[in-house]
Amino acid sequence: MQTMTPDQIRVLIARGKMKDTVFQALGIICLAIGLLVILLLVGDMLMRGVERLNIEFFTGFASRRAAQSGILSAWVGSLLVMLVTAAAAVPLGVAAGIYLEEYARRNWVTDIIEINITNLAAVPSIVYGLLALGIFVYTFGFGQSILSAGLTLALLILPIVIVSTREAIRAIPAMIREGSMAVGATRWQTCRYHIIPYAMPGILTGVIIGLARAIGETAPIITIGALTFIAFLPPVPFTATGMDGATAGLFDWVMSPFTVMPIQIFNWTSRPDPAFEANAAAAGFVLMGMVLSMNAVAIWLRYRMRKNIKW
Amino acid sequence: MVGPPTSQDTNDKLKALKDPMMHTQDKPQLKAEARNLSFYYGAAKALKGINMPIYDRKVTALIGPSGCGKSTYLRSFNRMHDLYPGNRYEGEIRFFPDNTNLLSAEVDPIEVRMRVGMVFQKPNPFPKTIFENVAYGLRVRGLTSKRLLEEKVEQALRAGAIWDEVKDRLQALAPTLSGGQQQRLCIARALATEPELLLFDEPTSALDPIATGAIEELVSELKKRVTILIVTHNMQQAARVSDYTAYMYLGEMIEFGKTDEIFFKPNDRRTEDYITGRMG
Amino acid sequence: MNHAISASAATDLPQVSDRLARNVTRNISERLIESALFAAAAVSVLTTIGIVYVLVSESIQFFQTVGIVDFLTDTQWTPLFDDAHYGIMVLVSGTLVSSGVALAVAIPMGTIIAIYLSEFANPKLREVAKPVLELLGGIPTIVFGYFALLIVAPLLQKIFPELPGFSLLSAGLVMGIMIVPSIASLSEDAMRAVPMSLREGAYAMGATRLHTAIHVVVPAAVSGLAASYILGISRAVGETMILAVAAGMQPNLTWNPMEPAATITSYIVQVALGDLPHGSIGYQTIFAAGLTLLLITLIFNILGQWLRRRYREAY
Repeated sequence: MQTMTPDQIRVLIARGKMKDTVFQALGIICLAIGLLVILLLVGDMLMRGVERLNIEFFTGFASRRAAQSGILSAWVGSLLVMLVTAAAAVPLGVAAGIYLEEYARRNWVTDIIEINITNLAAVPSIVYGLLALGIFVYTFGFGQSILSAGLTLALLILPIVIVSTREAIRAIPAMIREGSMAVGATRWQTCRYHIIPYAMPGILTGVIIGLARAIGETAPIITIGALTFIAFLPPVPFTATGMDGATAGLFDWVMSPFTVMPIQIFNWTSRPDPAFEANAAAAGFVLMGMVLSMNAVAIWLRYRMRKNIKW
Repeated sequence: MVGPPTSQDTNDKLKALKDPMMHTQDKPQLKAEARNLSFYYGAAKALKGINMPIYDRKVTALIGPSGCGKSTYLRSFNRMHDLYPGNRYEGEIRFFPDNTNLLSAEVDPIEVRMRVGMVFQKPNPFPKTIFENVAYGLRVRGLTSKRLLEEKVEQALRAGAIWDEVKDRLQALAPTLSGGQQQRLCIARALATEPELLLFDEPTSALDPIATGAIEELVSELKKRVTILIVTHNMQQAARVSDYTAYMYLGEMIEFGKTDEIFFKPNDRRTEDYITGRMG
Repeated sequence: MNHAISASAATDLPQVSDRLARNVTRNISERLIESALFAAAAVSVLTTIGIVYVLVSESIQFFQTVGIVDFLTDTQWTPLFDDAHYGIMVLVSGTLVSSGVALAVAIPMGTIIAIYLSEFANPKLREVAKPVLELLGGIPTIVFGYFALLIVAPLLQKIFPELPGFSLLSAGLVMGIMIVPSIASLSEDAMRAVPMSLREGAYAMGATRLHTAIHVVVPAAVSGLAASYILGISRAVGETMILAVAAGMQPNLTWNPMEPAATITSYIVQVALGDLPHGSIGYQTIFAAGLTLLLITLIFNILGQWLRRRYREAY
């Protein structure tokens, strides 16, 4: 302003710039705290757990003695539950996504479906556990089994799969769809031969991210009654099992009691005996490794996909 | 003239044509002057050695076809280019009366922007009340007294020819105004801090004809208090509103002079082509 | 060159060619497929209905034994004792205190990071910061629980020697760190959506970057910021494992974060770990608790929607 001398202006600007610098320092500090937490956590788990990280850890069952307690039932359980989760969530989620993007009309039914999907994404995971307890475990009679767990987690990650599918489909240019319809293909033929294949990388990315989230979920699984101390594996199909030597069927494992990695970690962390801290640390490290590698695969897929697809 | 023209006479005549103010009595003051100004977007040279005066409390218009560099030139005056990486200035813009080089690395761009105001092509009122929009620049300068703020906001809104329309709803949100009103609000906002030079970047290209007329009238009024540099792609607007006009083409300043002379007897062929519509 | 195409042959042509006629089988299969796809989409509605049904039906049975007034006003929560009390406020206090601590960390930190990344940081820094934040947000909550109990609590005890090993403070702080990435990422998206022309208008008036960020960009992005905060609140209120591991599972009506306490969520876990017969009052308490949790989450979501509509971007 005319009424301010150049010196006054300069003082004002200097003060303003100092505030800028202070804020930038604050921003960097906050980011550094985040980084520090990751490093502290991983470092601690590595340090505390390294003594347990050997082959016996991965191939041994849980035991009352910390040094011999392994994660075999846990990681096998996690794997099997993920299988059921994927088997349920992928068809349901992809189908729902296709319906919403390709078939749904703008009416109140569609609106209700979309509102539901958004709301479900915000429901706490333990409520899904209660839903599963009431309906899957008791009403449907699936019991406290891998099937119940897999279905619960499938419902939990369904919004993620649906949203990824929709975004992947939206990224396909209209002209591809039109090109297919123009030669007389039906809606479904267009979906099957064009939309789904082109959207697949995006869908896959979403599924992997959803599974990475599901594999770390504890609350819903505890609620439906996964046991925390399991010293056996679900029955392997077509092998002799049990007291009477009967052969296990192809899907007997689905109804079996089980445990998963996060619950094993929970069990060991909750023990007052400090010897189990090492087990918890080692298992936590392994779980983080699993989650990280899944996320890395998803990111790599996304990157490859961006490079390869040229419309 | 007696006898055949000497080379000295011709030289004088050429000089007189280049700087039309040289021999008249009421030679206006210089407010700013670009001296050999060049500008680079990365490796691309967008402005090539511009020399041009800006006269105090006159309206200078910049015209030229799209891409000729007029907005780039305008935005050099308030160091807007500093906001984006990869830009580089060469040469000087001297600002008077203190003869500072606005482009010098030692001069803080914020300081420049406190002395030079800008009105943008598309009205960009802040998502705040009308009052707060105009008060923004004052608050940036540390003004907090409620009474003083109200006084200056009213002054600015009057100067922007919008006071009567908004005086009863200063607490309404600015984006609820019409396009033309928003632009006048942005002008009032820029005026509130009493800038020495006011830059207009195609201020009416997003507005309807009636709003355009109102703004052109305002500009003619404002020049009594503020030096104005205005970029416009509308030649008639330049002819209506400005005292001096500069024609730019491909980053060079082709011709500068009093508006009447540029439009009715341009010296350069290229200027003539643009003005008559043969080109651009 | 056969000119003998008779007139009669012309009238023998079918009215509509076979290939253009509506193919009945194709239609039926298309319809079936569309129905199947619709059913898949409707699963989301079924899920919501299922959740409401399960929670409400069990809670109704619960409230036949325990009055609603008692439920809301009793100051003790001892459902498994002989002298059973069912005061939900005990659990709600734990939830509110831990969430309060978490948000007191997450909202400032998340917003500062968002402003910094959106208005100050250069692109190289953003490329490093975003993956770090994503990583932080992807850590399973049980691992965060481990972090809270075995790393953060001992550290805090060095500062506050009287702090117990289990406390709402250590759990709440770690919950806050867990929520920071989602608040930061959503807030940053909201700020980056603010058009550059608004910022240029502010800079042209001589404002510094911080002044522009706080007085122009943040107000313009307020709707998106509110949405991110509401999401943070939802996550804090619904978080389970960090509290189950690090806050102790002792129901405790307190507003002091330096004490251990149970929350709605950690109580449900505690019951699920035990052996409660299906249909017993103890079993029903977890559904009543779950219903309370859902209602709290719902209220915040509705608040969020209202806030978003009220402060819709006006630019």
